[in-house]
Amino acid sequence: MGIVIPLVSVSAFWAIIGFGGPWLVPKGPNRGIVQLMIVMTAVCCWMFWIMVYLHQLNPLIGPQINVKTIRWISQQWGNSKDVVSN
Amino acid sequence: MGSLTRSEEMRFCQLIVEKDAAFNIVAEIGKQPYVQFKDLNPNVNSFQRTFVKDIRRFDEMERKLRFLEGQIQKDEINIPGKIEASGEYNILPTSELNQLESTLVDLEKDVINMNGSDSQLKSNYNDLLEWDAVLDKTDEFFQGGVDDQAQEELENIEDDAGELVPRGTNKGPVNYIVGIIQRERLSGFERVLWRACHHTAYVRSSDIEQPLEDANGEKVHKSVFIVFLKGDRMRSIVEKVSDGFKAKLFKNCPKTFKERQSARNDVRARIQDLQTVLGQTREHRFRVLQAAANNQNQWIKQVRMIKSVYHMLNLFTFDGIGRFFVGECWIPLKHVEAVRQAIEIGAEKSGSSVKPVLNILETSVTPPTYNETNKFTAVFQGIVDSYGIATYRELNPAPYTIISFPFLFSCMFGDLGHGVIMFMAGLWFVLREKNLIARNIKDEIFTMFFGGRYIILLMGLFSIYAGFIYNDLFAKSFNIFGTSWRNPYNMSEIEGWISGTAEGKEMLVELAPEKSYQHSMGPYPYGVDPIWNIAENKLNFLNSMKMKLSVILGITQMTFGVILSFFNFRHNHSKIDIFTVFIPQMLFMFSIFVYLCVQIILKWLFFWTVEETIFGQVYPGSHCAPSLLIGLINMFMMKDRSPGFVVGTEKENGVWKEVDGCYLSQWYPGQGSIEMVLVIIAVLCIPIMLFGKPIAFILEQKKKAKESQGNVSVRANVVSDNSEIIINGGSKKEEHKEEHGGDHHGESFGDVMVHQSIHTIEYVLGCVSHTASYLRLWALSLAHAQLSEVLWHMVFVTGGLGVSGTLGFIAVFVVFFIFFVLTISILVLMEGLSAFLHALRLHWVEFQSKFYLGLGYPFVPFSFKTALQDVE
Repeated sequence: MGIVIPLVSVSAFWAIIGFGGPWLVPKGPNRGIVQLMIVMTAVCCWMFWIMVYLHQLNPLIGPQINVKTIRWISQQWGNSKDVVSN
Repeated sequence: MGSLTRSEEMRFCQLIVEKDAAFNIVAEIGKQPYVQFKDLNPNVNSFQRTFVKDIRRFDEMERKLRFLEGQIQKDEINIPGKIEASGEYNILPTSELNQLESTLVDLEKDVINMNGSDSQLKSNYNDLLEWDAVLDKTDEFFQGGVDDQAQEELENIEDDAGELVPRGTNKGPVNYIVGIIQRERLSGFERVLWRACHHTAYVRSSDIEQPLEDANGEKVHKSVFIVFLKGDRMRSIVEKVSDGFKAKLFKNCPKTFKERQSARNDVRARIQDLQTVLGQTREHRFRVLQAAANNQNQWIKQVRMIKSVYHMLNLFTFDGIGRFFVGECWIPLKHVEAVRQAIEIGAEKSGSSVKPVLNILETSVTPPTYNETNKFTAVFQGIVDSYGIATYRELNPAPYTIISFPFLFSCMFGDLGHGVIMFMAGLWFVLREKNLIARNIKDEIFTMFFGGRYIILLMGLFSIYAGFIYNDLFAKSFNIFGTSWRNPYNMSEIEGWISGTAEGKEMLVELAPEKSYQHSMGPYPYGVDPIWNIAENKLNFLNSMKMKLSVILGITQMTFGVILSFFNFRHNHSKIDIFTVFIPQMLFMFSIFVYLCVQIILKWLFFWTVEETIFGQVYPGSHCAPSLLIGLINMFMMKDRSPGFVVGTEKENGVWKEVDGCYLSQWYPGQGSIEMVLVIIAVLCIPIMLFGKPIAFILEQKKKAKESQGNVSVRANVVSDNSEIIINGGSKKEEHKEEHGGDHHGESFGDVMVHQSIHTIEYVLGCVSHTASYLRLWALSLAHAQLSEVLWHMVFVTGGLGVSGTLGFIAVFVVFFIFFVLTISILVLMEGLSAFLHALRLHWVEFQSKFYLGLGYPFVPFSFKTALQDVE
């Protein structure tokens, strides 16, 4: 899916919620609290996502898998672009 | 609901009223929880207070009401409604109260009389029943010819043991005594009688089928016995034994059948009459109690409200003349007008011509802390208050806790399935709120869970999100977007491996990232890639991820805490704090810990497994990826590190010659000098934090001394024959200092120094230890995931899905039950409680120690609602 597309779209999603959400809260005694809740939720959720995303961007180790499962992966999910012969 | 950012502004007010109007005024005030009265008679014993008599009067009424309640419940009449039913708190006028009092007195007398007569009637009834039973059984005995038998036996005995029978016995007709005894005691009675009468008594007994009521109202089984004997001495022996066994003797039992019959008819008629009378008395009692029950809750509510008003009135005192009643109280600023209106309404109600006065007074006492909450925010405010009530007008951590607490909980609990269960539980509580409150359940554990329903709801919601990110649903993963890892080996090689593996063994192969991970595809778009669920070394990967996540989240929250302290300092207009505490704290945090976070992010972005030139340096591969932890340690020790991963600028024999321990080298140019600067900045911040405030304190004192020096003059006071030192113009300066530096009053330099050094040490050491403490986010989520996996594998797979065929069918059914019970009890309840506790600790210690003082006392207003609830 590319690196940029999820990065931009998800960040934009949470940015809209975090910056735009507070404007949509109806006037009332609880306005401040609800605005704070929306902003904090957006910040926390986005941070959680981006840290997991960045960690997987350049993985330094690979998964150790049973060879039978590797055969299954090859059939289900397909082979890598550059298949190696060890 | 006011803003929760800070506690409400309070005003100290004085209430001056006429004594007669005082009751109605306070009753009016009690309808809303706006006023906290101060006790103006602290030295007065509770028995000597002004309104003791009134309280006693209503105490007496309450006692009568409780007695009535006991009687009503004994008769199992349902008391309709609840005490708290309506939101109305109107107190009845005095005339009606007096009427109520007399009604209660009458009711109590009535009920007591009824109880007395009822028990009297009952005992009569029982006696009659016994008499009837005796007559009945005696008939039976005699019809069975028992008297002839008895006669025979006794004569036989006499013949056999001639000398034992005293000479004086007449050989006349045999006498008999009839009596009633409890069934259990019967056999003992018979034996004793047998012995006591020297084997000359003839006893027969018959059980009464119907159980009779004894004196306490319990049902007992009794038996009728008949004793045949000869002579008066026997008679007295029998009487004594019967006494011992508490048997009742009936001496007037008629001897002939006809007499017994007529007696029986008589008794039956009397029993009928008594039954009617009993029935009628019971009905009357029922009617009276029913009528009382309908008003019971109303009356109790009135009495309790009135008592609470009098307790409040006892806190008032008389002014000098004794005409006016004065009370002092704390009122939130925004409610002062409402209270003014309330007291005017109260004064009108009592028909007083004098208008009550509400003055706002100046005081140096710290006001109580009042945070106005609604049912949603109350639980979060409660969590914060459990640690300590906020100082007056200090920043309140509660609004931030609303989101950060469930979020940290979810980091530790992250499992979609368990999150759904928790969310549904919270939802059930919230949707059935009104119903559950109305049922007024008293069970403590239920009250705890019900009180936290909103927090459970939020925790479940965030756990669902965390489970989605961790890609964990009961230890299984989703593959929604398609994994970014592919198989890099060709099929013949794989087949070779598979056939080469011994039976029962597994061969594991690591998929190298540079071949297997589709870099251009990018990582799994949302969450952890599902390939890790089937990997044997998934813990290596997840541990690294969760540790970095915990550290970054922790440092973020702590920095946020320090920033909040800035807002507190600004609110107190304390420039000294901003410059000597806030700025050094921020610099310390940034130069070390935020730098660590930046390093983590840079390593994520730039370092992979392929050979590249990063920041102008050649990077051979993942074995040279910089170690951040050891790097941090080396930064502090200012160790010399080689600038780069490889030696030389060219490859030797096609391979780079790497530096020893290349993961410890500097990984960006100039790292050594930058880190040295950062460490120096951090170290410099420490003495500023330590000595900044004390030095400022000394300087201020010197300034104060210098200023007052110029204004001191000595005057001779002729009247008191003294000399006075007057400080002119000092008052204005005092006021000025009052604003910023209020807590320097009465503090000596030693105090300030000690306080500041404790604060500095706590902060510096705390930064390091708290950062490590946030690693519990990693630890608990690891434990949860592992428990979940164990449950899946051991229970479900081994027990359920491992069995095949029809047996497997049944096995899955049974095993699912075990699996689900263990899931709920261990994973949701126990782990949930554990994660809740740790999230709480993280908030209380790691977050709040950065800015929270918590030295206030709570605002406890007088209101009928709380007064009634407290008594319940």
